[in-house]
Amino acid sequence: MAGKNTKIFADPINENNPITRQVLGICSALAVTVKMDTAIVMTLALTFVLVFSNIIISMMRNLIPAKVRIIVFLTVIASLVILADQLLKAFLFDISKQLSVFVGLIITNCIVMGRAEAFATQNPVKESALDGLGNSLGYGLILILVAFFRELLGSGTLLGFQIVPQALYDIGFQDMGLMLLAPGAFIVLGLLIWVQRTIIGYTEE
Amino acid sequence: METLAHYLSLATQSIFISNILLAYFLGMCSFLAISKKVDTSIGLGLAVIFVNTITVPTNWAIRKFLLDPGALSWTGIEALADVDLSFLTFVAFIATIAAMVQLVEMTIDKFSPRLYQSLGIFLPLIAVNCAILGSSLFMVERSYNFGESLVFGISAGFGFFLAITTMAAMRYKLKYSNVPNGLKGLGIAMILTGLISMAYMSFSGINL
Repeated sequence: MAGKNTKIFADPINENNPITRQVLGICSALAVTVKMDTAIVMTLALTFVLVFSNIIISMMRNLIPAKVRIIVFLTVIASLVILADQLLKAFLFDISKQLSVFVGLIITNCIVMGRAEAFATQNPVKESALDGLGNSLGYGLILILVAFFRELLGSGTLLGFQIVPQALYDIGFQDMGLMLLAPGAFIVLGLLIWVQRTIIGYTEE
Repeated sequence: METLAHYLSLATQSIFISNILLAYFLGMCSFLAISKKVDTSIGLGLAVIFVNTITVPTNWAIRKFLLDPGALSWTGIEALADVDLSFLTFVAFIATIAAMVQLVEMTIDKFSPRLYQSLGIFLPLIAVNCAILGSSLFMVERSYNFGESLVFGISAGFGFFLAITTMAAMRYKLKYSNVPNGLKGLGIAMILTGLISMAYMSFSGINL
């Protein structure tokens, strides 16, 4: 039993990663990764929403009629997102301004919906919570990796601290402006997917 | 004349320069899943244009007459004059969108069963398409008026349509290329999107 729970928790972090393997939640993964701190806050917000939505939906799984389940899921998720949004506005106002519409877009983040549909409707509360936690960590891992490369290459900083030494700039090194723009995000994620799939040896047909 | 020019510039802005998909990454999930075939992408693109055209102005009205601080003052009831319901925005928007999607689904099922079949599961998923909710939220954030939100709704949907059909056409050609194993499918699709998005960025010099 313990082994099964570990598997539920650990699988989505690498082998069955929500972003690189299940192709869920890519929108926000790209949009908030210009800087590390927004990526970290976004991961925290998603973890909160995903774990609790999985728990609540799993508790209600025998009560929800199959036909209207999408609306019920959306209501649960939207309420949790409102909570997360208000908390962010209260305690981390600057970052919440930078995340702009993307906190609200957690509602339509396919990970939350996908896990509710694929896992929480069929499994007990404890497993669902673990599944939510595992998936948000897998999501966060990719988010933080992408943000790491984009911030380091794009502005030479990490979490706002200067990493690339001044000496390099003096001999003519320049930040890659492309990394801060949309194409940089697509390309970094594409390459990350390549690396990850080569490591786990997965090929899409 | 001036308003017309303003609308035209807003439309160009949201179709090409800050394309909802290529610059704001909204709607990536269905974009990646559907863009494997040209005709299904055209179908999904049209459905997105249609739903977006309806939902953005509807949500504008909901926001303006129900949710904004003091919005309920038109009822004439004094107790409601300074109620602020703006924290309900997300729930209200997603409910409108879900209802509209249901409507579109029934319409397409009735008039074009073949399209309905080929869109399959992705039609209900428009309800959770970030592009739709995203356009409504951008409409609030940039405080558009009614005319602007109508134009923005149509042109954001059209931008999505353009991006997804371009992508589908390219992926069709990609089938005959020799892609490294790990990069097949999702990986190469991401890099390709990056290149398209780079091409769209060259529009950003345009000033209307």
